[in-house]
This record gives sequence, structure tokens and C-alpha cells, in this order.
Amino acid sequence: MRILVVGGGMGGTIFANHLARRIHHEMKTGKARITMLSASHEHVYQPGWLYVAMGRATPDELVREQQSLLEPGIEFHVDPVEEFHLAENHVKCKSGKVHEYDLIVISTGSRPLPEKIPGLKENSINCYTAENAVEFFKQLSGFKGGRIVVTVGLPHKCPMIPLEITFAMYDFIKDRGLLDKTEFYYTYPIGRVHSLENVAKWAAPEFDRMGVKYETLFNMKEVDGKNAQVLSEEGGAVKYDLLVAVPPHKGQEVIEKNGLGENGWIPTNRSSLHMEGEHGKNVLVLGDTTNLPISKAGSTAHFEAETAAENVAAVIKMGRPVRSYDGKVFCFIEAGKDRATYAMFDYKTPPQPKAPTGAVHAFKMSYNKLYWATARGLL
Amino acid sequence: MSERVVDARGSFCPGPLMELISNMKMMQVGDTLELLSTDAGSAADVPEWVKKVGHEMVDTEQDGEGTWHIRVRKAK
Repeated sequence: MRILVVGGGMGGTIFANHLARRIHHEMKTGKARITMLSASHEHVYQPGWLYVAMGRATPDELVREQQSLLEPGIEFHVDPVEEFHLAENHVKCKSGKVHEYDLIVISTGSRPLPEKIPGLKENSINCYTAENAVEFFKQLSGFKGGRIVVTVGLPHKCPMIPLEITFAMYDFIKDRGLLDKTEFYYTYPIGRVHSLENVAKWAAPEFDRMGVKYETLFNMKEVDGKNAQVLSEEGGAVKYDLLVAVPPHKGQEVIEKNGLGENGWIPTNRSSLHMEGEHGKNVLVLGDTTNLPISKAGSTAHFEAETAAENVAAVIKMGRPVRSYDGKVFCFIEAGKDRATYAMFDYKTPPQPKAPTGAVHAFKMSYNKLYWATARGLL
Repeated sequence: MSERVVDARGSFCPGPLMELISNMKMMQVGDTLELLSTDAGSAADVPEWVKKVGHEMVDTEQDGEGTWHIRVRKAK
């Protein structure tokens, strides 16, 4: 079986490594082959950008050579796919090379698009790329006081970041002795401070205790840089001195261009993770690339990838998949510089977040280092 | 005019309303959307947002399996 993995991010890498370990014998005897195509030779631990924005990590700490993370036997090419020919079971890459497959796994991720909101890109900071996270740190460390506004676009990856960035900035400003000169104003698209009801029930009293003001049912429509205010679709207007954005996201352009999914999100079966539609039988979709109504987060890609790898190995060895993806997601929630909690949930079970502790924060900091073992399919 | 169905059953995060808002951005004025939700809160928080923004509620019903079917028309 020729297995082609498109995308060298969290989902594709974990899938390929898990599968390679499970079908080691079949790969050795030539019965199975795994090929990965990626747009980059680097693998980035994106959750680390939050720490870069707070001056607690540098971008180079978050990067490894992709080839170094892959199991021996996985063929790796830095050659992004430009054309998907799913009816003919092949893709064409930027180099012009054609790769045929029996099974394709698409895990191309998502991208922030602050330019989708007029005025947002030029008037706000965010921590969704290494460059932006460094700029975030520069602007936050130069902040002398005033009103910091957090504004949130939809859809976005990392659902905890609006809360995490607010808690983190609060501690950052507190440590610099600027709390009495700073007002935090948090906005959120729906009628509570977080999408997860139980997380919102925990976070709102935290905000009250800290003096963080918040406005819900606020979906940014445009940013008026001249008057330093962000306007909402609901008719609201909020003045800012420093605007912190969670930009709206889209899937990758190549997905849209090939007609695989509106806005780059591929219609995906929530249990089997196969692409919906007539050519989906030998197409698996992982991570942010799916259109599933679940968090666009690394842990989602991680658990989906494990399920998919286990099933593909089972199909090779026994002729049938062995389990369904149950919607499992696990997200840490940093509640400042030294406390954290977490939310774990699936399609049927809502999360029950506990009070944040130093121990969970320590675990999160450890996991930031252990992540490379996850990428290798070991953890 | 087109109608799309958004299946947000079992979605805790981002949740049915966030899914609806994201999808409304991809629609044209006059298009309708049917949201499927297993969250009872959707029957209240979707109309609240729709009213505040100025879109139109078409109808809301719950089927025999407990799924809410909430239809909204994009008005602006």
C-alpha cells in the first residue's frame, strides 16, 4: 500500500510516525510505503508562540528539522502539493513531480488571516507566527499604560488563546508595576467569555477578581485605526491603546483552489475521518483541515492522527479499521505565568475544568519540551 | 439563494453558535442556514445573537432524538 501524507505539521507527523511503527515489517518487506510531502523542512511547535509573546521563549526553541522527527523508512520531500487529482489517485507538486497513492492523508493545517477584517492587520498584534509573536513582545514590553483590548475573530485555531493571552498579559503588566495604569478589556463572539460553558463559568469570576472588563456578543467587523477603535457586527465600538487580536483563520489556499472544501476546510466524516463525497474512500483528513465542529487545536490533530494510524495499520494487517474517532480534545489553559488548568472533552462529554494550579502549569511547561516525543509518535 | 446545513451536534468547542457565526460569514444575503445542535442552550443563544446583529430567525424545532434544528436567514 502506498500511503501519501500531505502536510508535515502535527497531524501528518504524528500519523506517519505512529503508522510507521505499527507497519514496520510491511515497510521493510516492501508491502507498504509512507511518503510525506511538506511545504517546509521545519516543524514548528506552534503553541510555544504564546511564550515568545511574553518573552519567556525564543522562536528557535520551537523549531526542529522535520526529517529528524520522522521514523526511518518514511520518505520525506519538501515539495508542496499544488494539484490534487483524487479521482486518479495522484497529486502534482510544485516541482512538477507526480506522486501516486493508494491512500492519501491530508493534514495541511490552517492560517491566520488578519487581513480579512479591514484595518486589523495594520493596527493589532497577535501571536500566530514567530514574527508576530516577537513583534507582540516588543510592543507589550514598550507599553506604558492605557487600555489593552482583546478581540477575537472566527473561526480561529487554539480556542484557549483568548483567555490565555489575557491572563498572561495581566501577569506581564503586573510584574512591571503597570497594573494601576492599565485597563484590560476582553471581547468575545458569543454570549459568555469562552465557548466552553464550564470554562466560561470559571474564567468570568477570574476576570472579575482581576478587574478585567469584558463584553460578549462582540464580533469584530473592522478596526478604525485613525480613531483607535474596533467596531463590531453587533454595533459596538471599543477604544483601545493596544489591540491584541485572535485573527480569523482559513484552511490552506491549495485546498480551496482544488475545490476540496470551502474556505479550505474539507468536509470530513466525524467518526472515520474520511473525506465526505465520492472520492473520499481512500482520503483521510486530519487536524485543522477538517470541517468538523471541534476545536482547531494541536491535541485534536494528535488524537485524530493516532486513531487514523491505528485504523490504517489494522486495515493493512486485518482488512478492517478498529475504532472511531470520538472527538477527544485536551487543551491546557495557562492562567497566567505560574498557574494552569486544562479542559478535556469529546463529542459526548463536556469538560469539567478544575481550579488552576502550579502543578498543572509545571506539567504544561514540561510538555512544551516533551512535545517532540509526541511528534515522533512516542507520547 | 442557497441553504446550508451545519451539523454542530456534539460540539462543545467551538460550539454551535460559533459554528453558526463562522458559516454566516461565508453566506450571501438571503441565504439560509440550518443549524443542528444537541446543546439546549442553542435554542436561546442563537436567537439572541441573530436579533442583536440583525439577521432573521426562520424557525426552531426539536426532533424526536433531541436535536435542535434552528434555521436562520442572513439579512445583511
